[in-house]
Amino acid sequence: MSDAVSALNGQTHDGFARVAEAGLRGMVTIRADLDSTALAAALGALGLSVPAKRQIVSAGDTSVGWMGPDELLLLCDYAQAPHLCADLSAALAGEHALVVTVSDARAIFTVQGARADQVLQKLCPVDFATLPVGELRRTRAAQIAAALWRSGPDELSLVCFRSVAGYMIGLLEVSARKGGEIF
Amino acid sequence: MLTLQCPYCGVTVEETELAPGGEAHLKRFGPGSSDDDFEAYMFARKNPKGVHFERWRHAYGCGKWFLAARCTATLEVFGTYPAQTTEPPADLIAKIKEKRPTWEGYK
Repeated sequence: MSDAVSALNGQTHDGFARVAEAGLRGMVTIRADLDSTALAAALGALGLSVPAKRQIVSAGDTSVGWMGPDELLLLCDYAQAPHLCADLSAALAGEHALVVTVSDARAIFTVQGARADQVLQKLCPVDFATLPVGELRRTRAAQIAAALWRSGPDELSLVCFRSVAGYMIGLLEVSARKGGEIF
Repeated sequence: MLTLQCPYCGVTVEETELAPGGEAHLKRFGPGSSDDDFEAYMFARKNPKGVHFERWRHAYGCGKWFLAARCTATLEVFGTYPAQTTEPPADLIAKIKEKRPTWEGYK
């Protein structure tokens, strides 16, 4: 097995908030009928449930987020992703569904600090004041597509395509520079 | 700035998250149709000053196409609805007729 590395090798920058590429994270895209009982059972076996519209639910290290009316994104340990993908594929074998490991096609970032929101307020057309914990919001960060959610107290996580990870860390680093606080 | 509610995500998103798709509820005339029908399908658009039905794609969100009714003169948005329909929902038409009594209808 090749030695997997994340897009930016965990690059971090400290400004008025700390921005970091969060390293390797397992990700599995599920395209399926979200009302399917087989899907509910398969996620139930992982301690998860099918998330409601725009929600992200977690159990330990594993989370599953609502990406669209027929799409979910499962986040898990990097090494576990191919196994979970195979299990889910088997569980949805009889259905019109697609399960793919996309760990190496995505990059994940965290923005930490009391002013973490302000870093993203400059980049995304999202009202962060009304973004609750447990909601996953797909949007854009400047010119690229991203999905973001509150992953902890004073912490936001962002997922984007790996090919634009360099652009994303550049955005975040500039946006988080000291002196750039909004309020 | 135009803001529309995506009927799939339920979020109110602004124009920059969306991709425009032109006029909605066009009937396709493909191979075998008359030249006049094909020309009308291909090129003729209503371009009204007033109530207009449009296609939009939530490009930076769920990626789904949806339809919107808005006024091209005032930019007032009457409503949005999923694209799996061949004509606007009756309640939306009623709402528009109430606001624009002189509107001639969507056909």
